[in-house]
Amino acid sequence: MWIYEKKLQIPVHVSKTDIPLAKFLITQYGGPDGELSAALRYLDQRYSMENNRAKALLTDIGTEEFAHLEIIATLVYKLTKGATAAQMREAGLAAHFADHDKALFYTDGNGVPWTAAYIQAKGDPVADLCEDIAAEEKARATYQHLIALTDDQGVKDALIFLREREVVHSQRFREALQIVREDQGQRKYH
Amino acid sequence: MHDNEEYIALICELQKVSFVLVELQLYLATHPDDEKAVTDFNRFSALQMHLKHVHESKFGPLLQYGYSPVNYPSGWVENPWPWEL
Repeated sequence: MWIYEKKLQIPVHVSKTDIPLAKFLITQYGGPDGELSAALRYLDQRYSMENNRAKALLTDIGTEEFAHLEIIATLVYKLTKGATAAQMREAGLAAHFADHDKALFYTDGNGVPWTAAYIQAKGDPVADLCEDIAAEEKARATYQHLIALTDDQGVKDALIFLREREVVHSQRFREALQIVREDQGQRKYH
Repeated sequence: MHDNEEYIALICELQKVSFVLVELQLYLATHPDDEKAVTDFNRFSALQMHLKHVHESKFGPLLQYGYSPVNYPSGWVENPWPWEL
């Protein structure tokens, strides 16, 4: 069961319409290391995770990722607000406009649609947690690149917050991996 | 229609407190026996409930499915959506 709360995790301010910036940012919506990938990966891995602390962590981080997905959506929505077809075309979003107008869609920065091939669930706690740590580091690096591409202070602030969350998530997943390894080490059968 | 500035200010206060709780929720997943963190969590949980009550009595529900009481008219439909604020 999930419950929606009618508020963003952080306030999101955008100074002006900036369609090229929205085109970069969309990768954190539906790209390989984006927030949709993160949320779906973690929530899916819970069922075969044997350790209770790791199960709790996947649930809590997976849920937070949906809040991050909404922050990215808000940024893209605000950056493209009032944009005309001509402006979308000028920013390289003519193909997006043809299929979606200004609707948000789960794609990367090149318009490639999201695929479950971006994520994995191996049924092996160590393999899955290692994937999760790597996913957080890849998302952190993507946010770093996006911050370098941005001159809008409001967008920058939101991206810096999101980058910081990836650092915290990575840290928590590292702790979970340690817990799982200790757990496995205590078993007598191997 | 309500005062937008006050709506945003109250949401902002909630966002600060909610963030502490998100952070503590994750921390407690890997450190469930940290007594101080549990105490902090419950202190901020009470504060969050208070701020949520203040916001909702003024503007209407923040949560779905009965986790917030509704006014008449409910406010769920009319209040601004987060991406439009």
